Amino acid sequence: MTDTEKSRLGPQAAYEAFLAEGRFMIQRAASTGEYLFWPKVTSPSGATDLEWVEARGTGTIYAITVNRARKGARNVALVDLDEGVRMMSTLPDVETAEIGAPVKARIEMTANGPRVVFDLAKEASA
Amino acid sequence: MTRDNIRGKSAIVGMATAGVGEAPGFSAIELIGQSAVKAVHDAGLKLQDIDGVFAATSNHAYPTMSVVEYLGLRPRFFDGTNVGGSSFEMHLLQATLALEAGLCDAALVCYGSNQRTAGGGLVSMSEPQWHETPYKPRHPITAYALAASRHMAEFGTAREDLAEVALAARGWANLNPEAFARGPLSKDDVLSARMISDPLSKADCCLVTDGAAACVLVRADRARDLPGKPVYFLGGGGANYHRSIVAMPDLTTTAAAESGPRAMEMAGVGHDELDLLMLYDAFTITTILFLEDLGFCPKGEGGRFVRDGRIAPGGELAVNTNGGGLSCVHPGMYGLFLIAEAVAQIRGEAGARQQEECNLALCHGNGGTLSSQCTVVLGSEAAL
Repeated sequence: MTDTEKSRLGPQAAYEAFLAEGRFMIQRAASTGEYLFWPKVTSPSGATDLEWVEARGTGTIYAITVNRARKGARNVALVDLDEGVRMMSTLPDVETAEIGAPVKARIEMTANGPRVVFDLAKEASA
Repeated sequence: MTRDNIRGKSAIVGMATAGVGEAPGFSAIELIGQSAVKAVHDAGLKLQDIDGVFAATSNHAYPTMSVVEYLGLRPRFFDGTNVGGSSFEMHLLQATLALEAGLCDAALVCYGSNQRTAGGGLVSMSEPQWHETPYKPRHPITAYALAASRHMAEFGTAREDLAEVALAARGWANLNPEAFARGPLSKDDVLSARMISDPLSKADCCLVTDGAAACVLVRADRARDLPGKPVYFLGGGGANYHRSIVAMPDLTTTAAAESGPRAMEMAGVGHDELDLLMLYDAFTITTILFLEDLGFCPKGEGGRFVRDGRIAPGGELAVNTNGGGLSCVHPGMYGLFLIAEAVAQIRGEAGARQQEECNLALCHGNGGTLSSQCTVVLGSEAAL
């Protein structure tokens, strides 16, 4: 599917089509510069000239919890992307992490399809 | 009709609960039926007098239709607004509007669930949110745990502070024979309870019980002709910004910061005048958030505010005197039980937990994942 074809889809389907190609794309309103997540048909201020841009993939942990069940523990985090939007995600390779920690996105394939997950960003050498 | 002139224009004249705790062998609609019949009787009315119906449940796609049919009612006004556990605070506001506009003369507000004996898990019709599904949040605890994690990181709130909320609730429950979870509970018990979703343990979570509640409202002038002591609607307001926790602008500040002032301004009451706070305690963190957002302490100070038994029996502020969702009853949508306790206290029928003089109570309902926030202020004749 070409990007033009994707742009004719609804925002959820377009996001998922990009993800299936290994691309983490988010929306930006051309007129106002607002970024959106999750994908919608309008920005908070009402702009509808939304275009898809590649997410930088960098952000920080805003909140985090560890769901503990008999089957094991897994975290659920809210990540603030550097573009200024927030998304729910997880850090699959660690049990938990500090709020405020810098993170980096990657796309992980699961049995239910691709998803954006995060790793702790490498600390800049002191 | 303007905002200011619905203050004191309606009154709760009948209130009842049914099946609080465990009600084996009863369906949700049967429990609703029991509480509705008792509430109508308590009001000194007949079922046939009910011409306005307000209901929300987790079991019925069309709750008002189900209630109307089951009770054989023929209402001319009905409203099934479902904003989760806060639905019933909004129903009081809407019933007052409908009564004052002459669209109905006797309004029934009702709710019921048998989720404990039906399976023991939280029953919810809440549909998954596609942008959250890949991360398997557990609805609703993940959302509340995320909020608690943020509150701790930003303000230094400790698990010990959350425990104070659970201990206060149990203290009140121990004075309430209707409460489901009674008996001793120590801070160690709370802190060593099984962790479910960091930082919330089982002891930070509300109960999963059965239970139904119903109340009847009429216009204030008619309330004085009925047998019971009327509990007047003095103010109400809602606020809502989001549905999914990911869309909540600031996880440490709920929309109660808007709904509370709206309700209190309509009622014309200040913080010091309130004799009772009924705050929706789905989890221990919610009591702390609502104490802050409703203005009883500064933002971030809620954890320190509840220390040393301040909201427990004998403390300086009476909060959740029935034992709350944490220790009294929580059948999935708890909001009408907040109102039931406020009515019991204002009528002077709260037994061992009765507050000496309870003329003004604030009920704050919470729905979804800290999403819908609805506040009402109720009062006695003296508060009119």
